[in-house]
Amino acid sequence: MKNKKIILITGTRKGIGKYLAEYYLTKKFFVIGCSRNDSGIKSANYKHYITDVSDEVRVKDLFYDIRKNYGQPDILINNAGIASMNHTLLTPLDTVEKIFRTNFFGSFLFCREASKLMRKKMYGRIINMSSVAVSLDLEGEAIYASSKAALEKFTKILAKEVAQYGITVNSIGLTPVGTDLIANVPREKIEGLLKKLTLKRFTGFEDISNVTDFLIREESNYITGQNINLGGV
Amino acid sequence: MNITENVNKVIFESIDDLNSQMTDEGHLEKSMETALYGQKSKLDSFGLVNLIVDIEQRIQDELGFSVDLADEKALSQKNSPFLTINSLSDYICGLLKENLTTK
Repeated sequence: MKNKKIILITGTRKGIGKYLAEYYLTKKFFVIGCSRNDSGIKSANYKHYITDVSDEVRVKDLFYDIRKNYGQPDILINNAGIASMNHTLLTPLDTVEKIFRTNFFGSFLFCREASKLMRKKMYGRIINMSSVAVSLDLEGEAIYASSKAALEKFTKILAKEVAQYGITVNSIGLTPVGTDLIANVPREKIEGLLKKLTLKRFTGFEDISNVTDFLIREESNYITGQNINLGGV
Repeated sequence: MNITENVNKVIFESIDDLNSQMTDEGHLEKSMETALYGQKSKLDSFGLVNLIVDIEQRIQDELGFSVDLADEKALSQKNSPFLTINSLSDYICGLLKENLTTK
């Protein structure tokens, strides 16, 4: 891993996180991933941690281990997220807590702990995965969109708080990708959502890595506190 | 070494590290009365955050405790623990003793 940039990605067991981990391995990064379960990614340049991103003690332990064994990550991509569609009148508080724990609390913990390590090198790139559900005010996604709206606001303020450490913080508003996250969403809902996009198609994984590539480029050091929506939203 | 000596050692190491990144005029004196917060302090908010995070990491590395120094308890104290090195040292020693008794 000598001389390799270190990228830390949450939620790498499947979907977008797995794609990004494998993509950055091909780009010669050292990739650190995590998820609640083991990962199928096998590479000498990949380290996997089994953890719940919203468990503060476990997250602190993870970062302690990273600090001791790898130094500091250059890049953090907060990808781990869960979705749940339901009418607000039918949504149990447990569901709200569960969604906020992963989508917001988890991202907060990783941003906080990663920034503590990045500050030493006066360099860092943080990317939080948000959703166009924030901008589109989609019915049935009140809680999911609210958790991502919180994340977008946090991104903007954190960007100001860590700018002096040379850390940039941005978010990406994802459009639907054919992952497990939308597996239980009715087809007509997804089609309705796609109709609201300027570019009416599912997001390809490469659409996402195109934006992460842009945000982590050395030349992007003057871009922070921004949300980039995909699909023309 | 007792807890207080260990804690003071950690604080002074963190100050050495912080001073190494600053100009001579910005250097913090390694004295128990040195102000860390308020008008008498040479530290700005950026410096104070750096110092606290560094002390937290050293406490974990050298003393084996994971502590949050700026938690609700610290922020709700009548006299801020961050006023001087002495008050910070007392506060950290108290936290570590609590940790020891609950272990």
